[in-house]
Amino acid sequence: MSDVVIVGAAESTRLGVIPDQSATSLATESALLALAEAGLGIADVDGVAGTLSPVDLAFMLGVRPRWLDGTMVGGCSYMLHVRHATAAIRSGQAEVVVIAHGESGRSRVGAAVFPREPSSTAGQFELPYGVLGAYSRFTLPVMAYLHKYGLNEADLAKVPVAQSRWASRNPRAVRPALLTVDDVLASPLIAWPFHRLECCPVNDGGGALVMTTKARAADLNLRYPPVVVAGSGESCEGPGPAFMEDLTSFRAFRDASAEALRSAGLTHTDIEHLMIYDAFAHVPLYGLEDAGFVGKGEAVDFIDSGATSPGGALPLNTNGGGLLYAHTGMYGMFALLEGVRQLQGRAAAQVDKVRTSLVLGVGGMFSAAGAVALRAANS
Amino acid sequence: MTPVPTPETQFFWDKARAHELWLPMCVDSRRHFFPPRLFSPFTGGAVEWRPASGRARLVSFLIVHRAAPGFEDKVPYIVALAELEEGPRMLTNLPGAPIDPAGLTIGAPLTVTFEKCGDMTLPQFCLASHP
Repeated sequence: MSDVVIVGAAESTRLGVIPDQSATSLATESALLALAEAGLGIADVDGVAGTLSPVDLAFMLGVRPRWLDGTMVGGCSYMLHVRHATAAIRSGQAEVVVIAHGESGRSRVGAAVFPREPSSTAGQFELPYGVLGAYSRFTLPVMAYLHKYGLNEADLAKVPVAQSRWASRNPRAVRPALLTVDDVLASPLIAWPFHRLECCPVNDGGGALVMTTKARAADLNLRYPPVVVAGSGESCEGPGPAFMEDLTSFRAFRDASAEALRSAGLTHTDIEHLMIYDAFAHVPLYGLEDAGFVGKGEAVDFIDSGATSPGGALPLNTNGGGLLYAHTGMYGMFALLEGVRQLQGRAAAQVDKVRTSLVLGVGGMFSAAGAVALRAANS
Repeated sequence: MTPVPTPETQFFWDKARAHELWLPMCVDSRRHFFPPRLFSPFTGGAVEWRPASGRARLVSFLIVHRAAPGFEDKVPYIVALAELEEGPRMLTNLPGAPIDPAGLTIGAPLTVTFEKCGDMTLPQFCLASHP
């Protein structure tokens, strides 16, 4: 199925600290930039999706939509929006869909406060133990993983080291320094074994995608080649890391990635570029193994071999990843945008002749997952 | 943060107040689960409460250096996962354990203990060698 394409993929002009823009205006700015790439205007849009209220997004943009998606399962929600929009466009419920993200993660301008309901599952059984932050909750299973495979603190540090080879080529990366394992281990401890450079920064920014039919795209004056949504998957597991079936594997990563590949008619060897949502350094290890690109316990050696670095066989997190490029809180949109840019040949650290990309996102903290398989239109 | 029970969890917290650890169990499959639910996550069927042995083992941990709000005076502190003999996992701060990764071994035996948390009583686990 290759009848739905991405024709616009843009980020907010600025990324990092933006105290003079609300989350909503970061989203609408990105949406307008993405529409401009596609040669489309507000009047062309008939579908709106986002994690901010899609009603607010439509109102602020001035769109009169006939299709809305406010799916909110955390940072991978945008992968689910792409999947849902593909179905909507394919069935004729919408023709031009804008998916927009804006988050004032750092400056908290017009940003919602996360509810901390003390009668929720987390409120009763996690938060009383001092796990209020993502850095002490998302990270909790890692020692089970490291112990199982005989790995240590320095092995975990190899993840940002490899990604720094990409971030150092990206002028927009908020952490552009080329890193060594010693650099990572020398950064302040956040929650042992995680150091600051193994935890994402918290930034302000936005991003947006525009999707339509291949037929409509053929009539548009596109700035960049269209990218085909070849397949997708989504799933979930539970309320948090403490309740995973297996502390060393994320079921929703396994299910969503398998569905994306199956629905795209692609196998692992067909995938030439990979994005794995990396709020913390262990997540790409789980993602590589759960999506089946390497065997269990092999992800650290694979990354350390250079396979995911520039010139490697499977370039991974080529914008620098959430750890080093930028992380607004719900990073999934930025992973998708980098996958699209690579297939359009306009990424900051461009991989040579890349034709396929798999973008794998996590939502909540090992709670939900979404995967999107992308293909260059001319391949 | 002090937990606020729901009707589904009230029994668990009442038993904790009496320094007892009870777990919900699927009547059909005789499997324990956590957190509490009115219906079995294995079969959708009936659930009954069973006393737990209180024995567990350490399956993962962190040593938190950046404090969560309300925990500023506690850093560094341990957040760990205890896997109960009956199967389910629960969080714990391993009271009394050394705040040092070298002193914490995955697989180490743990035993349940209870501590005050506001007007509630929170189950905790400590190293069986540090009762």
